Amino acid sequence: MLRIWQATEAARTFTAVILGCIAIWAVCVWVFDLPVFLVPSPMTVLKEFIEKPQFYFANSLSTLWVSLGGFALAVLAGLILSIGIIRSVWLERTLYTLLVGLNSLPKVALAPLFVIWFGTGAISKMAVVISIAIFPIVIGTVLGLRSIDPELINMARAMRAPQKRILWKLRFPQALPSLLSGMKVSISLALVGTVVGEFIAGNKGLGSTILAAQGTFDTTQVFVCIVLLGVLGAILFYAIDLVERYLIPWHPSHRGHKQQAANPQRAPQHQGRAGVAH
Amino acid sequence: MSTYLDISDFTKVYPSPRGDVHALESVNLGIEEGQFVSILGPSGCGKSTLLKCVAGLESGTCGQIRFDGQVLDGPPSGLGMVFQRDLLVDWRTVLENVMITAEFLELDGDVARKEALRLLELFGLKGFEHHHPWELSGGMRQRAAICRALVGNPRLLLMDEPFGALDAMTRDELNIELQHIWLQSKKTLLFVTHSIQEAVFLSDRVIVMSRNPARVIEDMTIDLPRPRTLSTRGSAQFGEYVIELQALFKRVGIFKGE
Repeated sequence: MLRIWQATEAARTFTAVILGCIAIWAVCVWVFDLPVFLVPSPMTVLKEFIEKPQFYFANSLSTLWVSLGGFALAVLAGLILSIGIIRSVWLERTLYTLLVGLNSLPKVALAPLFVIWFGTGAISKMAVVISIAIFPIVIGTVLGLRSIDPELINMARAMRAPQKRILWKLRFPQALPSLLSGMKVSISLALVGTVVGEFIAGNKGLGSTILAAQGTFDTTQVFVCIVLLGVLGAILFYAIDLVERYLIPWHPSHRGHKQQAANPQRAPQHQGRAGVAH
Repeated sequence: MSTYLDISDFTKVYPSPRGDVHALESVNLGIEEGQFVSILGPSGCGKSTLLKCVAGLESGTCGQIRFDGQVLDGPPSGLGMVFQRDLLVDWRTVLENVMITAEFLELDGDVARKEALRLLELFGLKGFEHHHPWELSGGMRQRAAICRALVGNPRLLLMDEPFGALDAMTRDELNIELQHIWLQSKKTLLFVTHSIQEAVFLSDRVIVMSRNPARVIEDMTIDLPRPRTLSTRGSAQFGEYVIELQALFKRVGIFKGE
C-alpha cells in the first residue's frame, strides 16, 4: 500500500498543481467579476467542451496527427543527416554549418512560403513542423555520436570491426540518450509548428479553431483549445519519456530502482566467489 | 625460424609546435611464441604507444613490426587487447559485453556463447552474466574485459596496464588468475605495467624502457618456477630481480620505480 502511495507521488503532486491552478483561475474570475469575453470561468470552459465534444476531438486529432507525422519525419531526416554529418567532414562543414545558420531564422517566417509551395493541406503544416523540430534532433544526435570514448573505438578497431558495425553497435547506442533528449525538446516544438501552420492556412485543427473563435470573440472556445493544446503537449512529452525508459533503462537517470534491487545480493555473492577461487 | 613478433628499428615521432616528440626511438625487440613479456617503464616512456603500434592502431615513423612473418599494416587477425579501463558498455549485460567480440569478429554465435560462459565462470563471474557493468566492482569489470579479449581465442594478447586502476588486493588476485589462464592457453602475451613487482611476478621476460629517449634499456629474463604463488614474492630470488630493476631505474635517473 505504501509502495503504491510512493509510486504515485509524482502523479499526485501533478494533479494537485493542476487543480490548484484551476482553483486560482476560478477565484480570480469570481473576485474580479471578469466578463466572459475576456476570461471565462473554468466551469464555462468545461460546459463548452461537453456541449461539442466531437468537434473538439476531431480538431485535436487533426492537430495531433500533423504534429506526430511531422515529428516522425523530422526524426527520420534528422537521423540520416546526423549520420552523414558524422561520417563526412565535407557534409559537416557544409550541411551542419548551414543547419546551425538556419536555426537562428524564425521558422514562422517560412510558413507562408510553405503554403505557397505545398498548398493549404497537411503537407505544408508538416513542413513547418519539420523545419522547427529537426534542429534539436540533429544537434542532439551529432553530439551523441561524437562524444564516444576514442578508446572504445580502439577496442573495436583492434578486433578489425568495420566502420558500419562500430556505428550500429557502439556509436548509436551511446548516442541514444542525447538523441532522446533532443526528441523531448523536439516534440514540444512539433506542436508549436503545427499551431503556427494552422494559423497560416487550413480550416482544421486547434490552431485554426482558435483563429476562427477569435474572429467572433468566442473567448470560451479559445480557452477550450488552449487547454486541449496543453493536454496534447503533456501527453506527447510523456510519451517520449516512456519511450526513453523503454529504450535506455541502463542510463544513470533511469537505473535507480534496478540498482537498489541488485546491490543487497551483490555483496554476499562476491565474497562467496572469492572464497571458492582460492 | 623467424621471431614470432619482431619489432625492428621502430621509431615513432609526433610532430608538435615545440618540435618533434620522440615517443619511441629505434626499439628492437623479438618475442617468441608463447612468451609472457612485460614492458616496464615510468609513465610517459612510450610503452603504451609501443603496444598501440603492435596492435596496429597506430603506425610508426620508421622501422617495422612483423607479426608471424607478416609486416604489420593495421590490426592483425588473432589479436586480443585489454585496456587500462575496462571499456564495458552500459547498455549491454556482462555476457553481451563479452559477446561483442563475437559480433565484431563474426564468430559462430552458439560456440562463442559457450566459450564466453566458460571464461566468465573461470574468472568467477558465474551468476553475474546477466548483470549490467554498473552493478559490478572494478575488479569484476576488468575480469569481464579480459574475458571479452579472450573469447575470440587470440594468438596474441596485449594488455595495457590492465590492473593499474585496481586496488592492491584485487590486483594480486587478478595477477594469479592471469597467470593461471596463461599457463593453460600459452598465448603470447605482451603486458605493459609500471609496477616492478607485477612485471617480475608475471613475466618470462621484462623489457625495461626509459623516458627521454624512449628506448629499450634492459631485457631481463625472469627465471622463477611456475606456477608462481603469492609466496613466490617472499623468495630471495624474486627480491633479487626487484632490487636489480630498482637499481637500474636509479642508474638512469628514474626514482619513480616502486
